[in-house]
Amino acid sequence: GSGGFRKRKHDNFPHGQRREEKENVNPSSALMTSFKSFQLELDTRHDKYERLVKLSRDITIESKRTIFLLHRFTSAPNGEDILNESEVKLDAVRRKIKQVAQELIGEDMYQFHRAISPGLQEYVEAVSFQYFIKTRSLISVEEINKQLIFTAEDREETTNMTSNSYDKQPHTWSLKVTPVDYLLGVADLTGELMRLCISSVGNGDIDTPFELSQFLRQIYDGFTFIGNTGPYEVSKKLYTLKQSLAKVENACYTLKVRGSEIPKHMLADVFSTKTELIEQEEGLS
Amino acid sequence: MSVSDMFIALQGVLTADQDIREEIRKVVQALEQTAREILTLVQGVHQGAGFQDIPKKCQKAREHFATVRTQLESLKTKFPADQYYRFHEHWRFVLQRLVFLAAFVVYLESETLVTREVVAEILGIEADRERGFHLDIEDYLSGVLTLASELARLAVNSVTAGDYSRPLRISTFINELDSGFRLLNLKNDSLRKRYDGLKYDVKKIEEVVYDLSIRGLNKEATVGVGGEK
Repeated sequence: GSGGFRKRKHDNFPHGQRREEKENVNPSSALMTSFKSFQLELDTRHDKYERLVKLSRDITIESKRTIFLLHRFTSAPNGEDILNESEVKLDAVRRKIKQVAQELIGEDMYQFHRAISPGLQEYVEAVSFQYFIKTRSLISVEEINKQLIFTAEDREETTNMTSNSYDKQPHTWSLKVTPVDYLLGVADLTGELMRLCISSVGNGDIDTPFELSQFLRQIYDGFTFIGNTGPYEVSKKLYTLKQSLAKVENACYTLKVRGSEIPKHMLADVFSTKTELIEQEEGLS
Repeated sequence: MSVSDMFIALQGVLTADQDIREEIRKVVQALEQTAREILTLVQGVHQGAGFQDIPKKCQKAREHFATVRTQLESLKTKFPADQYYRFHEHWRFVLQRLVFLAAFVVYLESETLVTREVVAEILGIEADRERGFHLDIEDYLSGVLTLASELARLAVNSVTAGDYSRPLRISTFINELDSGFRLLNLKNDSLRKRYDGLKYDVKKIEEVVYDLSIRGLNKEATVGVGGEK
């Protein structure tokens, strides 16, 4: 970036006044030697960070796609296929996470946490969404971490590993999703569940919304229990969570009140006007 | 496991985390206090009379670093050794300040740049991440940049105090430092922002040297160094 620009600028004016003065500086002095090693150290660190950011982005994109795929899941006949396909996709995501884990061998994970956190949150969201569709329950953080233990079967894959760390490398390694990443992922999950609820009404599914509202309420209770013990981001998500819950609860309310009167095929219609109303209210507040 | 059980477990983890942070904050507060004391001590060199007893001031400052070492020792016990970067933010600022103070003392004593290893030794910590509580390279470099602005100030004040040779030596030192930093490819982060300030320090010192040379004061300085002090 601009650092490179600065360098070029100086190369263009090697005879500038300051340059001449600089010639007094002995390039092999102790200070210059140590700064050369700092350069190496910083570059190595930044490169690793960039690689992790890239991996994190790939993880985010693939996880988002998995979520979109899972939204197509209805109790339609191809339900099984979609679940299988999502499993394949998540396996691909896990392979990316394995690369992340490899980058972090021998490192302090928290040093690079900012680079990988968005990807991990999105992965938590995708994997917990799939788990919910399959089992109608919340995946635990332990369960997620269990799937992120990798064995060294295809070690050859790793290219950017020095021979030194190769020896120290354990045969299995793992990546742990931090409790905070997990919580943020689960908070995002509730948004997806809300969408699932709305679309399932559209499909004439009367049971799912009630199930979902109960599940969301449990999660909401959980988050209020944590309250402000958690970091700032968690409390921020609480507000969105409340909105999602309100939408789902209102949907259930509408179903209950109107469900007995209106023919099933018209429900979707009633419902869509109702959500519009809610959205308008939100726009005002 | 039910949803509420899961959240109860998570809440426990978060509370434990908060407790650790609380402990760390306490120690860091004490460290900041010590750092301020050392700063007050070494700030004395800017006063006219201060130039006379620099070695004595450095000696005293070094004694204070013993307190720093015990405080850092207790900080190490407050969190798991392999989670340094998880809590890094808490002590980052004070550690940079301490690096600056150590670098300043070493500069006043020997007019050289303190190495990372020596700072680590003065602070009683490690230079390498592998060996435990260590000095992050960016924190070290930040501390060094603070030293540069302090030296720009020292150059001005040493002229006021009648020491005309010191600015020339500071100028050589800062120029070498500047060339050193120019080797680094900095990202657009806080370190880079602070590095951008280095050129103003360089400029300031060059102005001082210029003022001295047009008045022929730098020659006088080289002749009568002993007398000036």
